[in-house]
Amino acid sequence: MTSEGTLLRLLGTGGTTVDCDACFTVLDRYVELELAGAAADELVPGLRDHLAACPACAEEYESLRALVELEESN
Amino acid sequence: MDDTNPPVSAVALDTWVDELRASSGDAVERLHALLLRAARFEVRRRAHSAPELSRQELEELAQEAAADAAVSVLRRLDDFRGESRFTTWAYKFALLEAATKVRRRAWRGREVVLDPEAWDRVEQLAPGPDASAEHAAFVAAVRDGMRGALTPRQRLVLVALTLDGVPIDVLAERLDSNRNALYKTLHDARARLRAHLTAQGHLGGSE
Repeated sequence: MTSEGTLLRLLGTGGTTVDCDACFTVLDRYVELELAGAAADELVPGLRDHLAACPACAEEYESLRALVELEESN
Repeated sequence: MDDTNPPVSAVALDTWVDELRASSGDAVERLHALLLRAARFEVRRRAHSAPELSRQELEELAQEAAADAAVSVLRRLDDFRGESRFTTWAYKFALLEAATKVRRRAWRGREVVLDPEAWDRVEQLAPGPDASAEHAAFVAAVRDGMRGALTPRQRLVLVALTLDGVPIDVLAERLDSNRNALYKTLHDARARLRAHLTAQGHLGGSE
């Protein structure tokens, strides 16, 4: 049976034009803006959509955020 | 594996980056130490996906990732514009290298279906017996789009990444490609499939 989740993974959400290379270029800035409480999604448009569409980039985003948070807490 | 990192003042960071540009041996050693901490951090986060790897093998992956990341950082030093802290900018190289290496090791020896026509046998794309008529028609249109709107390469990449759960770095290795090229193929395949569904009246034009 084809579930809604399967269809969503297959079709994506549409829209984003940010690719993996562009994501990598701005990821550090995006993470620091987020952790500073700034409007990261407005200042780095399209990145959130890419992270939703690319599991590998999303994992690395989560790791970078976690690592920077850890450093800031020390 | 110690992930703590002593705080570095902004002035010291500027000096460090200048010394890296001058290829100072001490500065490069400090960079390697920084990247190794990040690589170990990432390897530990991903270790559950490769339970067969020993602690020594994980440490070797972290060391390889840190070395490769150091090469990348030094090669791309002029790309650093100060839009984030240098440490944050450098970390992402180590995280990318470490994550990629762990994903590939975790999938070493696992089969990846590289037949563009194998999608037709994917159970996830079979209409279920209890599906509503509307849902069954949508699934049929998806299958129709898979068959008619996509190139064989797009079908292969789309199914491997979204239905078979193959990590993009693993697929890139098997196809002798790279993450960005496969992401573009995935993006184009999704766009074509959505356009097909829109043309068939199953998706709104703005979706």
